[in-house]
Amino acid sequence: MKFRVLLGLLAGLALLLAGCGGSSGASDAGGSSAAARPTTLTVLAAASLTETFNTMKAQFETDNPGVTVRISYGGSSDLASQIVNGAPVDVFAAASDATMKTVTDKSLTAAPPTIFATNVLQIATQPGNPKGIASFADLAKPDLKVVVCAPQVPCGAAEQKIETATGVTLTPVSQETDVKSVLGKVSSGNADAGLVYVTDVTAAEGSVQGVTFPEAQQAVTNYPIAVIENAPQAELAQKWVDMVNGEFGRKTLNAAGFGAEK
Amino acid sequence: MSVTDDAPQAPRAERKPDRRHVRDVALPRWMWVPAVIAFLVIALPVLGLLLEADWARMPELLTSEAALAALRLSLETAAASTVLCIVLGGPLAAVLARGRMPGLRTLRSVVLLPLVLPPVVGGLALLYLVGARGLVGEALRLGFGITIPFTTAAVIIAQTFVAMPFLVVSLEGALRTAGERYEAVAATLGASPALTFRRVTVPLVLPGLMSGTVLAFARCLGEFGATITFAGNLQGTTQTLPLLVYVQRETDDAGAIALSLLLVVVAILVIAVARPRNTEGIR
Repeated sequence: MKFRVLLGLLAGLALLLAGCGGSSGASDAGGSSAAARPTTLTVLAAASLTETFNTMKAQFETDNPGVTVRISYGGSSDLASQIVNGAPVDVFAAASDATMKTVTDKSLTAAPPTIFATNVLQIATQPGNPKGIASFADLAKPDLKVVVCAPQVPCGAAEQKIETATGVTLTPVSQETDVKSVLGKVSSGNADAGLVYVTDVTAAEGSVQGVTFPEAQQAVTNYPIAVIENAPQAELAQKWVDMVNGEFGRKTLNAAGFGAEK
Repeated sequence: MSVTDDAPQAPRAERKPDRRHVRDVALPRWMWVPAVIAFLVIALPVLGLLLEADWARMPELLTSEAALAALRLSLETAAASTVLCIVLGGPLAAVLARGRMPGLRTLRSVVLLPLVLPPVVGGLALLYLVGARGLVGEALRLGFGITIPFTTAAVIIAQTFVAMPFLVVSLEGALRTAGERYEAVAATLGASPALTFRRVTVPLVLPGLMSGTVLAFARCLGEFGATITFAGNLQGTTQTLPLLVYVQRETDDAGAIALSLLLVVVAILVIAVARPRNTEGIR
């Protein structure tokens, strides 16, 4: 009998889950139909742009009354595959040329992408740098727990490029699937050092300490942005791109640690 | 096995007519519609994987060093975690089913937590308990010089955490369904508690234990969220098949699909091996 009660409970749980799925779907649909009247600009942006694009969103909504900017942050390749699979998107800002290329290869941008920012890797250590890490070569010391990105994601690809250029081979304890996970492993004290973007160190606000190393310049990451072909809000989309490329965008990006294209 | 065959004939004889009785009740016809939809919801995505697969490159994709290392690690860690689930979760199920003490109901709710929690949350919780600055982690490091994150042990801990309730729930259900009558009879016939446990209790709940074991093993094989947050991702040490699929998908869809199909095959094998006893256990 009790077992039947349990089965009932599981069935109830399943219904609950189905309910959740249904209601979130419904609210989504409600959201987009309600959004049809006030104009909504949809931007897909790399996760590392979260802080800067949120600042720009506030400014853009002030400058353009009645417009709501909806930004979806995520891994660049996930976002690119959403666009390739037909998501209704106005603007795409990627964290690497390679991911933007998967979109341009399918002729899905309205105009060629422009590079609006650059980023370089930095070593993130515990606050105060207790292990005295001063260079990229120091990361190869055997007693250090170093965490990097997996070679399949942009930050990992950049790290591999630096290894090749310097001839220093790291033996990381983990290859994380995204840069924020690397940061988390260092800020939680589980790793002694990690390779992240300089902007991640800025955004971490003191929970890690950044160590700049010259070899990082061997692997500069470009951030391309483009209006998507057949964008539902093509005009506003161009306005957003102009803002990111313009003075306000430049200032916001600089403050977060992004570089400008050379 | 011979123990199973000769000991408790009675419960089995009882169950059979019961089952036939269920079969006689006709299903309402409308039920076919949601039933077919439910089946398609499960079956169609797998079909999608099959259609998208690059069969020509399959052997090469599946025999890459990373794929073989991940498959091996997945099977080893899932086996180790399942053993842990049985050794620790079995007694827990017995306590929950037979124990007589206050607070058992609360205890049971806590045991069910990993079923409801997103695995990532479980991974974070483990990280802040067993990680460098966690209560247990710090003690282990200072006392024994042991650190858990980034090791295969972390993978096993994460899998045990998420899979334990599957075993406990199945086994507890079996224990409750079996009741205590046969044990009581065995005791009046002079059997010691140990003998009663071995010759009566274990055979009675064996189907439930088997289905719980299969569910736990399957859950371990599929574990992703807790592993990636708590254990990290490194080939040969912590990179199980689901983690490799996730990373591979960033750059190589064909590789990710091939590995996904490998997981599907392993899952089908697990179900096939366990099926006869498994269905019996669920009834």
